Amino acid sequence: MLLLPTTLWFLLLLVMPLVVIAVYSLGERAPAGGYQPALTLAQYANLLARLKAFTNTLTLAPLGTVICIVIAYPFAYYLAVKAGRGAKPFLLTLVIIPFWTSFLIRTYAWIYILGGQGIPRLLEMIGIEDYRLIYTPTAVLIGIVYGYLPLMVLPIYVSLEKLDKSLLEVSSDLGANPVRTFFQVTLPLSAPGLVTGSLLVFILLMGEYLIPALLGGGKVYFVGNALVDLFLQSRNWPFGSAVAITLVGIMLAAITLYLTLVGRDRGRQDVSVL
Amino acid sequence: MSRKNDDTAPISAKKFMDELWRYKQGSVSRRHFLSVTGLGMATAAMAGAMPMLAVSRSAYAGSIGDRVSMATWPNYFNPANFETFKKDFGAEVQVSVFGSNEEMLAKLQAGGTGWDVFVPTNYTISTYVELDLIQPLDLSRLPNFAEKYYTKRFIEPGTVDGKVYAVPKNWGTTGFVLNRKKVTSNPTTWKEFWDLSKTSATGRVMVHDYQLTTIGNALKYFGYSFNSVDPKELADAEKLLLDVKPHLFAINSDYQPSMRSGDAWMSVAWTGDGLQLNRDIPEIDYVLGKEGGELWSDFYAIPKGAPHLDAAYAFINFLIDPEINAKEVSVHGYPVPDTRTTELLPKEMTQNPIMYPAKELLDALEFGAAVTLTDPLRAEIMARFKAA
Repeated sequence: MLLLPTTLWFLLLLVMPLVVIAVYSLGERAPAGGYQPALTLAQYANLLARLKAFTNTLTLAPLGTVICIVIAYPFAYYLAVKAGRGAKPFLLTLVIIPFWTSFLIRTYAWIYILGGQGIPRLLEMIGIEDYRLIYTPTAVLIGIVYGYLPLMVLPIYVSLEKLDKSLLEVSSDLGANPVRTFFQVTLPLSAPGLVTGSLLVFILLMGEYLIPALLGGGKVYFVGNALVDLFLQSRNWPFGSAVAITLVGIMLAAITLYLTLVGRDRGRQDVSVL
Repeated sequence: MSRKNDDTAPISAKKFMDELWRYKQGSVSRRHFLSVTGLGMATAAMAGAMPMLAVSRSAYAGSIGDRVSMATWPNYFNPANFETFKKDFGAEVQVSVFGSNEEMLAKLQAGGTGWDVFVPTNYTISTYVELDLIQPLDLSRLPNFAEKYYTKRFIEPGTVDGKVYAVPKNWGTTGFVLNRKKVTSNPTTWKEFWDLSKTSATGRVMVHDYQLTTIGNALKYFGYSFNSVDPKELADAEKLLLDVKPHLFAINSDYQPSMRSGDAWMSVAWTGDGLQLNRDIPEIDYVLGKEGGELWSDFYAIPKGAPHLDAAYAFINFLIDPEINAKEVSVHGYPVPDTRTTELLPKEMTQNPIMYPAKELLDALEFGAAVTLTDPLRAEIMARFKAA
């Protein structure tokens, strides 16, 4: 009985839309655009026409996630373990402050930072001529790391914060050097945060639309961009639905694989995902 | 040259604020910015932001409701007029800007837009009628509209099966802007535009994120009609576009910032953007391809189910008032097919060759055709070009 509201939400907000999309994906584009009922797999057969969007997404989303981990981990570690009582709240506020401004505006600001009058201009001053940043995959990657870094920092921070510092001392007392202590004690104990952060960033990145649209100049194209074009420009709802369903499928497969690998790695220890 | 176009200087704080202001005006793009991001209903609530304007109200106040929502194009309105409207009629103007007619149609097809007024382009109106998304206008509620003052060919697309569905807003052309300091070869044709994109201007050229103009002007490279839906001709255009794609700076209908910063040297462009860029940066010129291209006219229309019908009529009637209309034009630089308004414009505008191109250039242009809006092949080619 208590589960009823949850079940209702689940059906209404998750299952129903998915079913609608699945049904649409078997249909045909109406003559003036939109959807008309049919029962065909033609849309799925056409998926290769968007191969580049899938490969772009499947390269840049994992890459962005990994770069976020590499930057976020030391930062979260410093924040949780090394920062003093006074500095910690201040630094945490700094992580959160960007959320006070619309993500759209902040990404738009990057157009100017990465544009001809921004970083490339500074590089010219030190002799690197004609370096193009804006509307390149690098620009998109920079935008991704900038935008998603806080989502990685916070979960890792939380799990490191809970870490019992005396464990580190024990490890040291038993003769482990700091590197070994990190890999055998700190890292495994912060794994839940790492997994949560990675999934959070990766899942959102797989559906990313805004950053490639603004910083990729229509040249670095994600599945999200393909979807927007299919629904708003071509008005080919069935093909758009097929692309969406395929993306969901790929994501489910990727996440399952990831969790299996992480779970096996950590033996019988529980991994809390979210 | 003037400080404004010194593209060797880093962006200044003032310039950044200017850009931000442009964003607020809705001049930053079309689909990339406001529309699809959830800020689609980005409100140009100019009046709301300026409390001193909310004081005086005329006798109309309250009778048309407190707001009117319009879907239009970027760089295409004068916010000061919206303040006047709010002051005189008590209704706040909310604006969404779009990047393509396809997108506008997609939103109306999906339903629930809440728009009272929208600005369709000539070739789309018959499709809106066919899909029952637009309502016929009651001209008695638009006393400022009088057919005799308007150029005939710019009025005609607003009438379908003898019923008037839309009244003219502006007309214009689709050509290209180029920075003459960077591109010295003086291109005058679409063939040269595309060839330069692949050679000396590589990495510096932008095209619209809009199938009609991007595919249309690629078709002109081969001398085909701007409106062609012939699969063989479209295949040629697609091949050219795919060839050019790696050389492009961006595919984006918001080309003003990149042209202003000097990042882009050439871009497919509309009249008003050409005029606005040329006004601020004289070495940026606007060129019509000799082979032809697009001549267009935009209209004010009311979608089916507009929630504030009285406000919609009041607003359209207000905007086509010649005095108000002249103030619109003075800001956006798109010509008006209404002689009463044109008479009020300063000479610098009426004699400006960007706004009023030479007759032989105009004669080569074509109106967009309705079929291009719904043709699945053109839509798919544009999508493949972007996804390539």
